[in-house]
Amino acid sequence: MIEARGLTKRYGDKLAVDGLTFDVRPGVVTGFLGPNGSGKSTTMRCIMGLDAPSAGSVHVNGRPYADLPWPLREVGALLEARAIHPGRSAWAHLWMLAQANDLPRKRVDEVLSLVGLDGVARRRVGKFSLGMGQRLGIAAALLGDPAVLLFDEPVNGLDPDGIRWVRNLLKGLAAEGRTVFVSSHLMSEMALTADHVVVIGRGRLIAEMPVAQLTGSSPRRYVRVRSPRLAELRAALEADGATVAPDSDGALAVRGLDAPRIGDLAASLGLPLHELALQQASLEEAFMALTEHDVEYHGEAVVGLPPPSPADRVELDTNGTRP
Amino acid sequence: MTLAAPTQLGSPGTGRLAPLPPGRYGLLGALRSEWTKLRTVRSTLWTLGITVVLGIGLGAVAAATTAARWTTASLAEQLTFDPVRVSLTGILLAQLAVGILGVLVMTAEYGTGTIRATLAAIPHRRLVLVAKGIVFGLVALVVGEVVSFAAFFLGQSLLTAPAPHTTLGAPDVVRAVVGGGLYLTVLGLLALGLAAIIRHTAGAISAFVGILLILPLIVAALPSSIGGPIGRYLPANIGVTLVSVRSDPASFAPWVGLGVLAGYAAALLVLGGVLLRRRDA
Repeated sequence: MIEARGLTKRYGDKLAVDGLTFDVRPGVVTGFLGPNGSGKSTTMRCIMGLDAPSAGSVHVNGRPYADLPWPLREVGALLEARAIHPGRSAWAHLWMLAQANDLPRKRVDEVLSLVGLDGVARRRVGKFSLGMGQRLGIAAALLGDPAVLLFDEPVNGLDPDGIRWVRNLLKGLAAEGRTVFVSSHLMSEMALTADHVVVIGRGRLIAEMPVAQLTGSSPRRYVRVRSPRLAELRAALEADGATVAPDSDGALAVRGLDAPRIGDLAASLGLPLHELALQQASLEEAFMALTEHDVEYHGEAVVGLPPPSPADRVELDTNGTRP
Repeated sequence: MTLAAPTQLGSPGTGRLAPLPPGRYGLLGALRSEWTKLRTVRSTLWTLGITVVLGIGLGAVAAATTAARWTTASLAEQLTFDPVRVSLTGILLAQLAVGILGVLVMTAEYGTGTIRATLAAIPHRRLVLVAKGIVFGLVALVVGEVVSFAAFFLGQSLLTAPAPHTTLGAPDVVRAVVGGGLYLTVLGLLALGLAAIIRHTAGAISAFVGILLILPLIVAALPSSIGGPIGRYLPANIGVTLVSVRSDPASFAPWVGLGVLAGYAAALLVLGGVLLRRRDA
């Protein structure tokens, strides 16, 4: 259980985190979403007691991190990959952490084989790939078998197999009753992994809700309908209170009526339907809609560069295929 | 790559949380952790190796050279000759290697980010610094004394007649030889304190070298009415006095000097501890 109450962090005159209040509960994976520079990492560092809040508080298992009697047995964290001395072996890195919290030596071997690094345990970390470094960070987080786990961008640098493994690991940890708090900029990944999300922008809380609710409440949710008798269908739908707009491929985008109601209505009028599909906004779209006013650094559209003309492309293709 | 396929891996395995043991983390765990950290990086081996080689070798070269040239040395040189000081010449270079290790014990954690893992395991930050001081201090003491005694015995054996040599039984000799090791230890702790304040390897080493080598040059350039009274406070002067049998009236008495040096180290470590607690990691 993580409880942030009015958590505020100021660096000089820059407000990095501004009065955040949220709970991260056990038993589910909670995603932590926000644009770059929105204060995710600062929040994570405050939870870990690495940075002191300027105001407010954040408690883990009911107390500030610094007051935990056995921190590694209660909280495991992957804050940034490769925060490890490159000259030390993976085993030595974990062993020195284990010793600090009186963890048994065999636990080091256990977590190393858990993340698949037992074969390279004695190799210097500086020789590790990004993905191996990430696994070692995850091993360190799991070392104390903690009830609370924090992961900052855990799938960075992992290959598809590794990403799937992390996804299952996070879900498995939550299913065991642990509190799992994971930040990521990969919305598609969060949509697959997280049950609950905390969304922040410019250091402020924007939303805290189940993922399903976040995607379900988006204005981009609508029902897509196609019919050979589109005009009649449209009139009937509008008469029933729906807002109808044209969608791609000659379909209609219907808002204000759900799919069963539209199907029933069409059936009662004898209008054939060739498509009737709920268009759910992706988490990414829902996130973009929520945070579009809170992005710190907007990218600027590149102007003055016309798209390549078809003629150019033809020429390139011709050149490319010429024997 | 010899990685197991990640999809074959299981969950953390227990499925059930182990109950927390009674008590809490403490100094013993911190000491064991620091000892593991110190002995599992190569920089420790390098800096201590250089300490041994310089500390023993330079004194041996100085002693052998002195013995070879004894008959051609001036009377003044012969009268002021201090066989202990000559054999311990290397201490005054080995101090740089010990200081660099003292700096790295702290700054390597910041440079690599390991400090965050360390503080996650031991949130009580001053405990971390205390553990580092004890572990590094003991290592520096053992290595320092071994180097000092080895340099003394080797140097004396190379000071062949007609050059005079001395023994541990002669007045002040044990003090000078033991003092050589203590000097390295206290200076190493001073470097650790600097590193806790500065947190960057290059900056902390520069400050350490500046205090040892540059500060004496500045003091020497001052008018003697100002530079004279200041000189005795310089760590380098305190070191020379400690490893000499002959006393210099302008300097502190050896143990007083060591006390002054320990005072510097303590002040820097306390300041480092305060900053460590106050600053964001």
